[in-house]
Amino acid sequence: MIVTSQLQPTDAVFREVIPAGDYWMHVVKKNQVLRILDLEGNQAADTLFYAAHDPGERYSAMDTIREQGNVYLSAGTKLLSNEGNVMLDIVADTCGRHDTLGGACATESNTVRYALDKKCMHACRDSWMLAVAENEQFGMSKRDITHNINFFMNVPVTPDGGLTFADGISDAGKYVELKAMMDVIVLISNCPQLNNPCNAYNPTPIEVLIWD
Amino acid sequence: MHDEYSYLSGSAFFSDIIPGGAHWSLTIKRNHVLRLIDIEGGANVGMLFYNPANPLERYNAPDTLKCQHTFKLTRGHCLYSDMGRIFCSIVGDSCGWHDTVGGTSNKALVKKRWGERNYQQYRNDWYLNGYDSFLVELAKYGLGRKDLAANLNWFSKIATDDAGNLHFATGNSKAGDYVDLRFEMDTLVIFNTCPHPMNPANEYPKKPLRYELFHAAARAADDYCEHACHENERGFINNALHHQCSNGGL
Repeated sequence: MIVTSQLQPTDAVFREVIPAGDYWMHVVKKNQVLRILDLEGNQAADTLFYAAHDPGERYSAMDTIREQGNVYLSAGTKLLSNEGNVMLDIVADTCGRHDTLGGACATESNTVRYALDKKCMHACRDSWMLAVAENEQFGMSKRDITHNINFFMNVPVTPDGGLTFADGISDAGKYVELKAMMDVIVLISNCPQLNNPCNAYNPTPIEVLIWD
Repeated sequence: MHDEYSYLSGSAFFSDIIPGGAHWSLTIKRNHVLRLIDIEGGANVGMLFYNPANPLERYNAPDTLKCQHTFKLTRGHCLYSDMGRIFCSIVGDSCGWHDTVGGTSNKALVKKRWGERNYQQYRNDWYLNGYDSFLVELAKYGLGRKDLAANLNWFSKIATDDAGNLHFATGNSKAGDYVDLRFEMDTLVIFNTCPHPMNPANEYPKKPLRYELFHAAARAADDYCEHACHENERGFINNALHHQCSNGGL
């Protein structure tokens, strides 16, 4: 569902551009609004959420899609935790739908998906590994890396049980906005993937903005 | 029709029944086949896999689905860890569709859907939920909620329509339906027979499971699962390196 936002970037209390291949790990407070902006189009923002007071409570893709009865995320979706609590609401979305079934790229899974000799190409999970290593204050490790959201990514499921990675439906300037319903740790890997046609083999920067 | 059961070596050396709404776990060495049998029809078996030598390596549903371009699971599919290796391959399946996106039930969901039955009053006829059942079994190995991942739901079918809406298919599994899993590496198997969280039944479904263990026959040169797609061929190469150089350990 397309819902545009009334928030003005000039009023944002935080703005940062995240180049492809980098991570962003940041606490967003309850009632703050986070916008993820696809600056150049068809980029994938691989995103995880954790309860700031207890990172053992985290975004659950399966609980979220089951309870809303639909595999795609868009405006109106409530992002649920593994404990059944609403972590964030998607309050605006100019892209239309986002994936949460495709997971993130990792060097090991790249060997299976593409070729054995791709193993040393940069991947989202390596960004997350560096994130948890550089942010010991959160007490997180590989155990905490679970199934993520791929904002701006198009992964259609067919009625006969197929799953495809289709051309993106995002474009330069499209965004998704989330209102935090609790204090959350946001962990984004701006996907560095060079082997997937869904970003036209060209990973590009995203921007994150926060409003009080 | 494929050569039925050519992947088995001999008859089952172990057979057991898990009642409905219960949980169990075991370690299965590579080159063994686990057969799950839906005794009455309509069963659900929630399941998770871990590498016993390094439980940080666990079943990864997204990696499994995307590398085989599938939403459903059936014969020919391999079940991948997050490390690009294959825990087990689905070598036999009389059912045709198994779910790995519906997740598992929790205490609140069971209470809302089917009511509450505590142990004090109902003894072992109480209503267990999938989430707590996983936690009990995981704790036996020093694992906890942070180690949970999206689970398998054997015998349950969740399909989508063109708009992505999810539907539970009643009657997907008949009495006697089975699925055969050939383990390609040593695997800690955590499972429970709690109902699928989207099962619309009015009464809490308590469907028992028979499970059997076999020795696997040597994998043929034209193995169906290995050659179902190039991705699986590469997955088996990753497994071979794991066995040859790492002795199945880290």
